[in-house]
Amino acid sequence: METNYEELDEDGQLELPAEPMRLNMGPSHPAMHGTIRMVLDLDGETITDVDIQPGYLHRGFEKSCERGTWNQVFPYVDRLNYVSPMLNNVGFSLAVEKLAGLKVPERCTWYRMVLGELARISDHLTCNSASAMELGAFTPFLWCIKTRDFVWDILEQETGARLTHSFGRIGGMAKPPTEHFKEHTLAVLPQVEESIAETEALLLKNRIFLDRMQNVGNLRPERALALGVTGPVLRSTGVDYDVRKANPYMFYKDVDFDIPVGHDGDNFDRFMIRFEEIRQSIRIIRQCVEKMPDSGPVNVDDPRFVYPDKSQVYNTIEATIAHFKMVMEGVKVPAGEVYSYTEGGNGELGFFIVSDGTGTPYRVRVRPPCFLNLQACREMLVGDMIPDIVPTFGSINMIGGECDR
Amino acid sequence: MADIRGSGNAIPSKATPSKATMGGGDAGFVTTRLEELLGWARKYSLFQYPFVTACCGMEFMAVAGPRYDLARFGAEAPRFSPRQADLLWVVGTVSQRQAPALRRIYEQMGDPKYVLAFGTCASCGGFYDNYATVPGIDKIIPVDVYVPGCPPRPEAVLDGLMLLMEKVGQGKRGGALVVPPREVPAMAKIRKKGTAVFFGQERMAAEKALTEGEAPSVGELLEQSLAERPVESVTILSRDGEPKKHDDHH
Amino acid sequence: MSKKVLERLKAQLGSKILATSDFRGDDEAIVALKDWLEVARFLRDDAELAFDHYLDMTAVDHPMREESGEPGPRFDVVLFVRSSTKNHRVRLRTRAADGEAVPSLFPVWAGASWSEREIFDMFGIPFEGHPDLRRILLYPEFQGHPLRKDYPIERTQPLVQYRDVDGIDKLPPFGPDMGQPWTRVDWAARMHGGDVQVSPAIGAQQGQRPALSKGPEYTLASGDKNPADAE
Ligand code: SF4
Repeated sequence: METNYEELDEDGQLELPAEPMRLNMGPSHPAMHGTIRMVLDLDGETITDVDIQPGYLHRGFEKSCERGTWNQVFPYVDRLNYVSPMLNNVGFSLAVEKLAGLKVPERCTWYRMVLGELARISDHLTCNSASAMELGAFTPFLWCIKTRDFVWDILEQETGARLTHSFGRIGGMAKPPTEHFKEHTLAVLPQVEESIAETEALLLKNRIFLDRMQNVGNLRPERALALGVTGPVLRSTGVDYDVRKANPYMFYKDVDFDIPVGHDGDNFDRFMIRFEEIRQSIRIIRQCVEKMPDSGPVNVDDPRFVYPDKSQVYNTIEATIAHFKMVMEGVKVPAGEVYSYTEGGNGELGFFIVSDGTGTPYRVRVRPPCFLNLQACREMLVGDMIPDIVPTFGSINMIGGECDR
Repeated sequence: MADIRGSGNAIPSKATPSKATMGGGDAGFVTTRLEELLGWARKYSLFQYPFVTACCGMEFMAVAGPRYDLARFGAEAPRFSPRQADLLWVVGTVSQRQAPALRRIYEQMGDPKYVLAFGTCASCGGFYDNYATVPGIDKIIPVDVYVPGCPPRPEAVLDGLMLLMEKVGQGKRGGALVVPPREVPAMAKIRKKGTAVFFGQERMAAEKALTEGEAPSVGELLEQSLAERPVESVTILSRDGEPKKHDDHH
Repeated sequence: MSKKVLERLKAQLGSKILATSDFRGDDEAIVALKDWLEVARFLRDDAELAFDHYLDMTAVDHPMREESGEPGPRFDVVLFVRSSTKNHRVRLRTRAADGEAVPSLFPVWAGASWSEREIFDMFGIPFEGHPDLRRILLYPEFQGHPLRKDYPIERTQPLVQYRDVDGIDKLPPFGPDMGQPWTRVDWAARMHGGDVQVSPAIGAQQGQRPALSKGPEYTLASGDKNPADAE
């Protein structure tokens, strides 16, 4: 790059000569959640190039899946996007069901939608509060984490685990909804609304916050598409692609909701889109809770895929044998290859699964939305300054488990 | 300090008090009042460096958040430089690629330093038993307290922190502690019988009794579990006699 | 709508499209390796197709395909793209033998860059014309490609020497090859001899053959012995 050191910049100040410099950031940098390494080429404080190196949390997800049974994949998908594990559970269930040609009962679908949207709320709360914290605003972090705990309470009551639920199953869910599921959910939603309103009141008039978010980390829509960006990051550029609307799965076409879209593709848009999506998720949940039947089966009635009832397993020999065979040999999923995609917390969460007809997956490939979003991060950062890395990286919501698998 | 360290755990420190401060109670045994005082002070002002890599980090956030409030234990202030920290939280899976970084961070910390392995992955690799992950950070650095769980519940983390504080207060080094499970007493009986045989109607009856109000109240449970958890009840896994890799830079 | 994609492809490209399928509603076209780049360009530039949204690219390893009589070389490379204006999508597939280079799609969709690096890292498929083909998820010292079926899952290649202290070894059930081994296929054993379907652990219990197949040999960058082998 040619720099004419004698020139005055637009403020009439003499540009000081700066040697190009290479700076390493990470892999354990305190201002970045997640472990990632960036090698920055700097001209003064301006980033001229950046080499983003993910992979510090590569845990062999895809290889591990190839050695268990189909149902044993669920704990692993939990830990992909560990901010919204339920969405991954649902996504993987849908993928296997697509391959097996199963159609789950209506009650289960509504149940999955509510749980999934709750997970999305928890995802966006975490992401936004963490990005605010990284800019020095600690209070929103505490408020949002408090609210997230309320959401987790519902999930814990339903699944038994706060974070890693492993609750999806092929052809249904592990358990039917609990008795007070609806009341509990409806009671928590106003608290979420209140907390995001408070957080917005705190941040959106704060000059420092606005200056660091607005017009920083811009991305153009054509580039975003070519780079494979999806989710809130893509929508912030003005492209209204949301799998829930574009290719509705489950019952998303039967509920009313809007897709928030930004226009500058900057950090601020991404931040606002996430909060707006929480509001839309709340809308969806309210409708689902209304439409969800109170009784009826949750699992498909197909003994090839669904474990027999526990009371049967303990008391009859047939069910014991069936259970044993399903656990030890795995559910036999018909041979074939499908790609099934849902809207995850970070964008299109796709599962490309290959089965050879046995109880063990032949190949499970997850399309990790934040891996591709992170790839676009270079485009957002070049030309910006060092301090812009932290908010930009934060607003991408890179989740190590999903990005590096 | 090297001679003391080499001479085993049970030998009282021969160092002068001022030197002992530098060594940070490395000699496994407390003799002086000063060290006692230092231990007490240290215990309530742990400066932590969170090495957050994976899913357990979400639970770490929750522990630091308002509901569980880590700040109550004096372990509030995160230091984002290992050189200023004395407690290293290893939160999440450590991959082979990450291992050199972890080792380096540990070596950069000044003495006395403590390591808390947060979660199953940090403790033993968990179910990521494959080419990419380190099967437990104790393969790389010594660990003081293991908190099992995937991720551990915040209560377990606080238990672990309290165990560590106790250990720090007594000036002990070496010897790893494992946070024991908090058992619901009625369920503990079931567990003791062995999982393989104790299934079926007997177990269902026990579980039913538990849910139908024969179980003790939450307060009673808490009291019991606290009473049942003196330091002796934890497992001592290993005695770590490894010499340190760097000199004190005082 | 979805039918139209495959029909248009067949009409415009004719014999370049070797086969198509729409199993479970997923449109898929198979092309030869030499047409890979050209077809990809066509997908993006054709006004009726307009596949401008890159989604994903991955690979699947079929090590025994040739022996089992199925046609085609070892690896499947699979591309997923979508059109943001027409809202349709397609899956494009090609096949590559071990060591055969696949033309890079980076000039067509910039997003292919990291996916190709990942495939290179995990499967060892080289991409011709990729500007910066390095490992992405694993470290440069790593030898072999873990998602190949014959890479044993438990073979670690540590960068740091493990400490030598008592009592830190993994205890069952976290020993190697524990868990649910009944349907697991030991590919390394299959490809290098026997055709045992069950897990090596069970085979060993039944006295069939040695406990763990080693797969291809690698030496570590440091020249150290692999601790996984030392046991
Ligand atoms: S112990 Fe479980 S929750 Fe924690 S990092 Fe490991 S997999 Fe994630």
